Amino acid sequence: MTKNIAEQRMSEQVLAEHRPVLFRYALLQLRDHELADDAVQETLLAAWQAASNFEGKASLRSWLIGILKHKIADHWRRSVREVVTPELDQIDADNGAVDEDDFFTSNGEWHSGPSAWNDPEAALKQQEFWIIYETCQNNLPPQMAKVFMLRELVGLKADEVCRETGLSTANYWVTMHRARLRLRECLEIRWFNNSKSIKESHHA
Amino acid sequence: MRNCRDITLLISKELDNESTLAERFAVGLHVLMCSRCKNFQTQSTFISKAAHRFTEHLGEEIEKK
Repeated sequence: MTKNIAEQRMSEQVLAEHRPVLFRYALLQLRDHELADDAVQETLLAAWQAASNFEGKASLRSWLIGILKHKIADHWRRSVREVVTPELDQIDADNGAVDEDDFFTSNGEWHSGPSAWNDPEAALKQQEFWIIYETCQNNLPPQMAKVFMLRELVGLKADEVCRETGLSTANYWVTMHRARLRLRECLEIRWFNNSKSIKESHHA
Repeated sequence: MRNCRDITLLISKELDNESTLAERFAVGLHVLMCSRCKNFQTQSTFISKAAHRFTEHLGEEIEKK
């Protein structure tokens, strides 16, 4: 009986729905299209074969990510590369010593608030913007970066991110808030204010 | 009255579809009068979009190599 339910849950179609999320997760870790694709394939195959082991206690996606993590770990074990980018795994300590005081007065008003950005959409088409974006993202404290990436890059839902990171819901909100404040400020300083001054100097 | 720190937290929650109707109302009212929080709102939406695009961009970059 239970096996039947598990198998239903585990139809190819159901599994395939999780492919994009799993792929982004793998890509961010492995930084290689083919390897990421392989890891996802192996994960889906393993999940399909082990369908009867899935007890439905965890969400299907958490279970799949668990398998994917093993596949990625296998890859690193096999790999000769020694430097592993400590992206989504291995980081847990530090809650990011910074807090909103960097951005707000004790009354909760902006220190120096967000100014308007000139044509952000255009930035998305520029190669240089992505270098700045990545720098800003890497400048986040590790735990904060992990939460932000799981939510915004991988595309997990808030409760899934909490499960992955062990954060409470309240801490999750605070972390996302801080991440957005910091990313926003970094992009403003390094890109939007900068490109403005470059344009102005061209006119001069 | 909620201050800008509170409002930006609510904006952040709203981006994840987790705020209540009352919270969205408070945000809507606040950003009518506060251009800084209004900018934070627009720019946070943009950052979400950029973050999503980043993985596509990364995929393309890796492809080229």
